[in-house]
This record gives sequence, structure tokens and C-alpha cells, in this order.
Amino acid sequence: MAKDIPDPIAPEKLIEEVLSAYPAKAAKKRAKHLGVAEPVPEGETEIVSKCDTVKSNVKSVPGVMTIRGCAYAGSKGVVWGPVKDMVHISHGPVGCGHYSWSQRRNYYTGTTGVDSFVTFQFTTDFQEKDIVFGGDKKLEKTIDEINTLFPLAKGISVQSECPIGLIGDDIEAVARKKKKDIGKTIVPVRCEGFRGVSQSLGHHIANDCIRDWVLDGEGSEYEATPYDVNIIGDYNIGGDAWSSRILLEEIGLNVVGSWSGDATLAEMENAPKAKLNLIHCYRSMNYICRHMEEKHGVPWMEYNFFGPSQIAASLRAIAAKFDKTIQDKAEAVIAKYQPLVDEILAKYKPRLEGKKVMLYVGGLRPRHVVTAYDDLGMEIAGTGYEFAHGDDYKRTGEHIKEGTLIYDDVTGYELEKFIETIRPDLVGSGIKEKYPTQKMGIPFRQMHSWDYSGPYHGYDGFAIFARDMDLAINNPIWGMFDAPWKKSA
Amino acid sequence: MSALRQIAFYGKGGIGKSTTSQNTLAALVELDQKILIVGCDPKADSTRLILNTKLQDTVLHLAAEAGSVEDLELEDVMKVGYKGIKCTEAGGPEPGVGCAGRGVITAINFLEENGAYDDVDYVSYDVLGDVVCGGFAMPIRENKAQEIYIVMSGEMMALYAANNIAKGILKYANSGGVRLGGLICNERKTDRELELAEALSERLGCKMIHFVPRDNIVQHAELRRETVIQYAPDCKQANEYRELARKIHDNSGKGVVPTPITMEELEEMLMDFGIMQSEEDRLAQIAASEA
Repeated sequence: MAKDIPDPIAPEKLIEEVLSAYPAKAAKKRAKHLGVAEPVPEGETEIVSKCDTVKSNVKSVPGVMTIRGCAYAGSKGVVWGPVKDMVHISHGPVGCGHYSWSQRRNYYTGTTGVDSFVTFQFTTDFQEKDIVFGGDKKLEKTIDEINTLFPLAKGISVQSECPIGLIGDDIEAVARKKKKDIGKTIVPVRCEGFRGVSQSLGHHIANDCIRDWVLDGEGSEYEATPYDVNIIGDYNIGGDAWSSRILLEEIGLNVVGSWSGDATLAEMENAPKAKLNLIHCYRSMNYICRHMEEKHGVPWMEYNFFGPSQIAASLRAIAAKFDKTIQDKAEAVIAKYQPLVDEILAKYKPRLEGKKVMLYVGGLRPRHVVTAYDDLGMEIAGTGYEFAHGDDYKRTGEHIKEGTLIYDDVTGYELEKFIETIRPDLVGSGIKEKYPTQKMGIPFRQMHSWDYSGPYHGYDGFAIFARDMDLAINNPIWGMFDAPWKKSA
Repeated sequence: MSALRQIAFYGKGGIGKSTTSQNTLAALVELDQKILIVGCDPKADSTRLILNTKLQDTVLHLAAEAGSVEDLELEDVMKVGYKGIKCTEAGGPEPGVGCAGRGVITAINFLEENGAYDDVDYVSYDVLGDVVCGGFAMPIRENKAQEIYIVMSGEMMALYAANNIAKGILKYANSGGVRLGGLICNERKTDRELELAEALSERLGCKMIHFVPRDNIVQHAELRRETVIQYAPDCKQANEYRELARKIHDNSGKGVVPTPITMEELEEMLMDFGIMQSEEDRLAQIAASEA
């Protein structure tokens, strides 16, 4: 390969160089979002972290290319979309629903179009007259039609697109009226895309709607057991929630609800009866966990099922909240999977050891997958979030080493410069970053969608994760990157 | 045919825009002008005195029934009234729902694209109360009304509204060609009304086009769904409207870029006229009366 490996550059200097391209005002703003993990101050725990000085969750600088989404994406795409036995209406003009159709790989069981609707796209398809005269009547009609055509749908959510907020339609009144009419849960979600600075506010709004329109309902008749837990914030990308669930069940717990990957409305209604909420994606669902803690007295804890060390640590931490039978089973489960882990490491670690990785993902994985790479002997050169808040950066420090480059809401230009200069062995990010990175001759894996693979959660997922990283990095294509006629004779 | 002249009437709600504009336009016909009225108020009352009918079917109402504006023909929405004046109403949603501003935009675009503006000398827009959003600013944008006439009176809120509308005109005057044609004072018999109106027009840098005296005959005509011109063509008030029509007709191209004033300046002006007390004086007075 003709790539000249540049001398390693200090990350502080790299940041300075990258910022120098901006006008002064933009550079000043962006400087607060870029940083280098610092040593932990003496006398502090690791959690008071190396990177919580990074500024986050503020408006992107105008003029840059940001990867962020909108509140509608956060609610419809992330939180509500995977609830499989409900129909989710993209309320407004056709584009938002159509172009976000099936963008996330939320796996589910069920018969699509009969009792499950995740891969369907429903929209009220606003026309000019709906804007001028208001869309409430059309929404009512849509709900009636859905109820007739899909009688097994357990409920309906109304995902507001921008115009709904602009023209002031009263979707809450429609929801109350139609609930009375058809006797099903109707959830009006005010997730207009212009609200907030990223999809993050959409998660929050969606959580609040679960609180107000699902949990505050009649309550469920579910009879709780002492070992009930909920999986919260696992969207079952490529089957992640399934490969997590089996581990929890193996240690003797009863997974009442899976939020919201492969979820049903009933699972959400039953959730407050569980003994413990296990939260995987903290960023998108901590709100509802805090609510269930306050209102229903359900405690919550975070866990991490990426990579064997975090899986084992998480299983032990979860088991510690229950009695000895569970704790013993947790040890047995960890022991049971150890041969599989050993096998994976024996096969892949020699092929991946020492490889450098740069990550740029949404609100959880930039810290959660770090240790999975660690297990494979790989190093993280840089990581960053699209829409994290301060508490996410606080939680990141313990997973990364000093000197790691940190970038918040990184711009297209910045990320490209970082990748170009650092030249890691692998970049893990999204579809928009994939092809530019590969064109630089650098292996890439999509870390939102698992690049049409997965699951990556749990022990089974780790085997797939390790294989996929090996396939990307050690693909023979990278040896053929330069045209043969350009090779020096 | 001379170049198409487009004018618009704005002003505080209830000030008499529709009555003034219809009477004026009825008088303008006598100057051999062919006129199209575009009512831009969801109440759709800008053409009833010309058509001698109750409210006419609106563009948006018919479009909603038919599916969309693409399903409409111009004949469906355009009625011909007094002495050949063509009448259209944009219409809009019932109060409290939807987006009336978008409705105005949709309706004007439809009329323009479907040839409603062909073969007329004047297009007159009658726009609701205030420039509340972009939709209601449609008639003052580029390539629409060249001159805006603000209907006002000596009441304080009418003066406020007139000044605010001038601000809207100023915004678009810089990007497009819209100008303030002048103020039309619709007499309310308030203190020093004519002088106040003249003072405001001076501050805005525009003309006081006409002072329309109050006359009950306007009510008599209106109750019969007629303009004064039609109901009592020989009365004194009809001549006032003829005078106003002539002044507007002669005012072509003489509009100005307004110089709106601040709220403080407006209040100072009222204080200068002795019809408003300063805040301090009034508060002192209240305190004294309570003591």
C-alpha cells in the first residue's frame, strides 16, 4: 500500500490543526466539543472522568455537516418504532415516514401485517388542505381505517412531524376521543423534528408519552414473580435483545418486558410490576426508568452485554441484586460460556491484537463496545457520541485510556481529518461515514446497524462481533487498494 | 390596457377595511377600471357588498371539497358582481384549527396561475387584521401589491396596528418593490382624529390619502349588502369614496418606503397631543385617587 504512515501526532496538536480551518467563532465553539482523555486527578475515582469536560447536547454549529437526527427520529425511529403490536403513524406529509422506513434493524417475532407492524409504514400523507384546515379529521379517519384493516393491532401511536406543531393540531384530543371509540391505547407524541438539538429530545418526549399514555393507564393484571426484570433500552438490532434475554433467563430471571426491541404493548404495561429495570441504552430510556423508580418503586441499574468481561461483570452485578440461587446460577452461566469465549479469543485475538479502532456512534455504544474491543486486544484511538449528554461523558471515562481522542457531535470535516491523520485499523460508525472511510483505504464496520449482521450482545453476539471485525480488518481487499500500474517498479 | 396595478388594504381588525375597500373599488369602476378582488381573510367578507349576496364560496373551501386546488377551475371560484367587478375569496379554516396563512398563499398562487389576473387593471387584496405570519404577508411580497393602503382611525390600537403594518412593509420593501401607499382614516370621532392621523402619516413618511367621515348611510347600505355607491349613488358619502378612489388611482407609483416608529415614540406622540398621560403621571394620579 502506498499510504505513508505518518508519524504519530499528539491528539492535542491534531485538534488544534483541525480547528484552525474554522472561522474564529466556529473554532471557539467546536473546541469545547473536542478533547483528549486526561489522567484521573489524584484522590478521585475513575468515574469523575477523563472526558467529562467535553461539552455536549447543544446546538450544532451552522454550516457544518452533522450526523445528528431530529426529535421525530428519536421517537418514531428509536423508542416507539420497535413496539411491534402497535401501529405507529407518521403524522404529517409523506416524506418523514417514507424515508425513515425500516432504517433500523429491529428484529421481532410475529406475523407482519397481522399482529406485528414494525416493518410497515403508516402515514397520514398530509396534503395542502390538511395544513390549511388542520389534520385532526384525517387523523381520526386514519385511526379508524387502521382499526378496521388491522384489528389485531393493540394500539396506535401518533408520531408528529414538524407541521403538526406549526399548525397546532390537537392530537391529544383526537387520541382521547379515539381511545373511547375503539377501546385501544392511542398515544399522541409531540416529537416534531424542529424540537431540541438532536434526536435525544425525541427519546425524552417518547419516554414521557409512555409514562402519560401507557403506564398511567388502567394497570395490568399481570401476577408478578420475585425474579421479574425488564430489559430497557435494547432495540433488538439484529437480535441483540434475544441474545441478552437468554443469559438473563439462564441465571434464573424472568424477563417481563423488552423495551422496546421485539416489545408488545402488554409488556410495557406490565413493566412497573418488575423487581428491577436493567438498562442498556441509558441515553434513550433513563427517563422512564427514573419515573418507574419514583412512581412504582422499581430500582434500575445499567449493564453492558458487549464482550465477555463486561458480560460477566454485568451478570454478577445483576445477580447481586437477587438471592444466592441467582448468584450461583450467574457463576455457572459465566463458567459455562468460558470455553466459547476461550475459543473465540484463541481464534481472533491473534488476528486483531494491537489494532487501533476509532468509534463514532449515537448515545451508548461509543463507551459500551470499548471493552469488547479490549477483550480482543484492540485499542481505542478515539471515540465520540452524536447526541450524548454530560452524564454519558462522565460514564465514558472508566472505559477509555488516557490520551484517547474524544469528539462530541463531530462534524464531517473533523472526523475525516481525524481518521486521515490517525489512520486507525478500523472505524466503527454509521452508513454516512462508511464509504468515505473505505475510500481512504481504512476498514469499516457500521456500529448502528451491525452492518446487516448481529446480534453483538451476549456471548453468542461476541462470537459474531469478533468474526465481523476480523472480516473487515483482515479482508484481502486492503492489500489491493492501490492500482497495480501505480505500484513502483 | 395599462400595466396591472396591485394594491392591498391592511389595518386593525374591525376598522372597516372590507367596507372601505369595497366602496372605493365600486367607485373605481366609474373610472373605467376592471377590478379583481382577492379576499384574504378566513371570514370571507371582502366581496359581499359587491356581490350583494351572503358569503361567496371560497377557494379553499371548494378545494377541500374537490380534493385539492388542482381540481378546481377558475370559474368555480370567481364570481362577477357590481359593474363587472370580479370577486374571489381565499377563505380558510374555522377559527382555532389549521393554518390560515398557508391558505392565503395557496389561494393566491392558484388565482395567479389560473389566469385570474389576466384582463384586469386592478387586483385588490383585502387582508385580515394584522400581518401575523408569513402567509398574511403574501400580498406584500415581491410581484404582488405595489402599494399598501392602511385603514386606521384615531383610536390608539388602530395607530399601533398601522405602525406595525408599516414595519411589515418596510421588511419587504427592501427585498421587493412594495411601498406604503398611504393611510386612510376611517373616522371614529375620537379626539383630534384628523390631526393625529396626519401626524402619524408624517412620522411614517407617507401620505394621509383621505379622511373618510363617519356617516350612518354606510350602515344602511351594508345592511342591504350593498356599497354606498350602489345604494345611494348621489349621497355625500358616495362622493367621499369617489374622492378616495380617485386619489388612489392617481397615487400610482407614488408609494413610499415607510419609516415606522418605536412604541415609545408612538406613545410620546399621543402625549404630545395631550390625549395620553405619561406613565409616571398616570401612576401618580392613580395613587392619589386611591389615597
